Amino acid sequence: MSCDCCGKKEKALEKLMKLEPKKTTELVAFIDSLPLGNDIDANRGCLIETLHRAQTIFGYLPAEVQQLVSERLKITRSEIYGVISFYSYFTDKPIGRHKINVCCGTACFVKGATRIVDEFKSKLGIKEGETTPDKKFFLGVLRCVGACSLAPVVMVDDHVYGKVTPEMVSTILADYQD
Amino acid sequence: MNHYRTQILLCAGGACISSGCESVRDALLREIKANGLESEIEVITTGCMGMCEIGPMMVVSPEGIFYQKVKPEDMADVVREHLVKGCVVERLLYKRADNDELLRFMEDIPFFKLQKKIVLRNCGKINPEKIEEYIAVGGYEALGKALTSMTPEQVIEEVLTSGLRGRGGAGFPTGLKWKFTAKESADQKYVLCNADEGDPGAFMDRSQLEGDPHSIIEAMAIAGYAIGASKGYVYVRAEYPLAIQRLSNALDQARAKGLLGENIFNSDFSFDLQIRMGAGAFVCGEETALMRSIEGYRGEPRPKPPFPAQKGLFEKPTVLNNVETYANIPYIIMHGGAEFAKIGSGKSTGTKVFALAGHVNNSGLVEVPMGITLREIVYDIGGGIRGGKDFKAVQIGGPSGGCIPKEYLDTPVTYETLPTLGAIMGSGGLIVMNEDACMVDVARYFMDFIQDESCGKCTPCRIGTKIMLDLLNKITHGEGTEQDLEQLEFLAGQIGKSALCGLGQTAPNPVLSTLRYFRHEYVEHIKDKHCRSKVCRSMLRYTIDAAACKGCGLCKKACPADAISGERKAPHSIAADKCIRCGACMEACPFTAIEVK
Ligand SMILES: Cc1cc2nc3c(=O)[nH]c(=O)nc-3n(C[C@H](O)[C@H](O)[C@H](O)COP(=O)(O)O)c2cc1C
Ligand code: SF4
Ligand code: FES
Repeated sequence: MSCDCCGKKEKALEKLMKLEPKKTTELVAFIDSLPLGNDIDANRGCLIETLHRAQTIFGYLPAEVQQLVSERLKITRSEIYGVISFYSYFTDKPIGRHKINVCCGTACFVKGATRIVDEFKSKLGIKEGETTPDKKFFLGVLRCVGACSLAPVVMVDDHVYGKVTPEMVSTILADYQD
Repeated sequence: MNHYRTQILLCAGGACISSGCESVRDALLREIKANGLESEIEVITTGCMGMCEIGPMMVVSPEGIFYQKVKPEDMADVVREHLVKGCVVERLLYKRADNDELLRFMEDIPFFKLQKKIVLRNCGKINPEKIEEYIAVGGYEALGKALTSMTPEQVIEEVLTSGLRGRGGAGFPTGLKWKFTAKESADQKYVLCNADEGDPGAFMDRSQLEGDPHSIIEAMAIAGYAIGASKGYVYVRAEYPLAIQRLSNALDQARAKGLLGENIFNSDFSFDLQIRMGAGAFVCGEETALMRSIEGYRGEPRPKPPFPAQKGLFEKPTVLNNVETYANIPYIIMHGGAEFAKIGSGKSTGTKVFALAGHVNNSGLVEVPMGITLREIVYDIGGGIRGGKDFKAVQIGGPSGGCIPKEYLDTPVTYETLPTLGAIMGSGGLIVMNEDACMVDVARYFMDFIQDESCGKCTPCRIGTKIMLDLLNKITHGEGTEQDLEQLEFLAGQIGKSALCGLGQTAPNPVLSTLRYFRHEYVEHIKDKHCRSKVCRSMLRYTIDAAACKGCGLCKKACPADAISGERKAPHSIAADKCIRCGACMEACPFTAIEVK
């Protein structure tokens, strides 16, 4: 990864402000509301929360956002990247507008989740962890969304579909016509 | 305050939301308004009632009539027939599967009858978003009692007497943990709650937090008083947004009422809590990793000792307990440890909540006294195996647990008995499997999970589980040899002994338990290249029954691999070397002439 943290201070902020003024303002307001100081150990306690918020706002964690977080929390870029790469929830790549997550927890697995994943893969022409070329759908798997009684379960954005059959896959996709 | 003639409890647990309970509520409110009953009837949305399979569901009190699988369209009848005329809407009642009898009350349904609710005492009974409702059922009385009439030592003594053991998996006596931490002197101590719920097939902690968040807050404050801590964190996995929202709402309400903050109940005890979100790493359920994660680092475990009681979060003495463990505390303080210890069996006191799922008729959330048998859980509560198929095994304890076969269904569920069968109590995932489940594939599934979640800090886990997974993949692809089984057993022993944390140490369990009870399935995969459950696809053989085939050619068109040949109106055949075993032909054939072995 290229490093652009040696330049002038708050360069990341300027750059982000130009690209995404609204989102950036929102993130900065959130960071300003945190009890940050010069104690890096205390700031670090807010890191994961900040990354969560940043990902909710931007959809992913681009380099400029990581840089901004680094400057504000006084934590090095390399450490932040280490955290992002450790936790599977965080991603530094842009993903599709709609996140499809097929539950592959144990209950869903024994009730045929693999067939559902296969059906999405063939309908969308992508593999798990990928986004369709038109940036509409991201296909992922996750483990147990806590609705095991409805297994197999598929989550699209925040909506949970229960008792999914391979035949239902195309109707689910049709719900997202934007 | 308004006095309502009738209250309707509507389940708004995670599964019922997915089944559409929100539109049911809207329809119900609309009907109530249309009939001018707003001042007489109150609608309360509750946490999980447990029988998620038949949701959305509701209870109409004071009679306690239980309606299931309700739809928005049904609400007109519920209001006009039941609420206005007092006639029960029979078509919405629960029907017994065995004799078609209609059951009016929740307590009469076998699924609920055999349960004993301590942890889930309020789940499904109160609105989790209103602190007043929690207080009305005796909430925060235990905290008041502890702060005003008990010393910290007495609190710990009660918990010791109760025999309560950690519900997060390991079963360590909670009272002892508190005692060790109380003994340490430090300027700051911490109370943590583990709501990371990593077992991929379990939702007990989620339901508890969503259905009764105040019980956890109250218990953590009691723990803080007992060990001398003024701060705490609840670590919740990011996949549970509703739990996080309800908990944070509950925290605000508790602060507003002075039940968190400075000088609680006018004592000199002060305590406050914060929520920390996980970010999708199973290993963060491990105690030392969880603390690293709260500190904002990569969640990698560290060797113990030092134990958290001495050096935990931010190097300070720390108590970490599971959600369900905490949920027992208010009961113990109010009723006494001795009373609690009467429930259960031997050294496994109290109850256990299980998330019952898989190929069972009634899946959902159940709380049972310790010592109940697996058969009672699967057959009496769970209603047996769905679709008349045969029971094969029950998986208990998730990725650290094991698969228990039919022969041991009468084993009582306790911390002592399960390990003798190669399983563990675990956190409460209980997955029932029928004959369609391939036990080799189940072992492969868990190894794949572990391999994916291994943090990579220590070699036995990072590399050992990868090799085990490769071997299992080889076997399920029909390329296994008998040496592979020996190698699996050898590696299992080595990893179990040498891995740094619990994740690696218990990773071999699913493999070992399936090898112990279902070795014949492994051998069939290796020797006969045969998967009796028809799960391992590369072993399937698709053939066409010449007598049934009419030569319509639909299968030929459907096959993506051009593996089918034959003249029109003459029996077709499948070239085994070209077949990719996708099953498309089978779906296309109108004469069910395609067989799979
Ligand atoms: C890999 C791994 C994952 C774990 N996941 C959880 C979990 O999701 N929830 C939990 O309560 N305990 C989990 N534990 C157990 C905790 O480390 C710890 O023992 C427990 O939270 C202590 O609370 P208890 O004594 O109340 O059970 C896990 C342990 C390991 C090794
Ligand atoms: S056993 Fe696995 S998860 Fe635990 S520290 Fe070692 S590599 Fe990490
Ligand atoms: S395993 Fe899929 S929701 Fe629990």
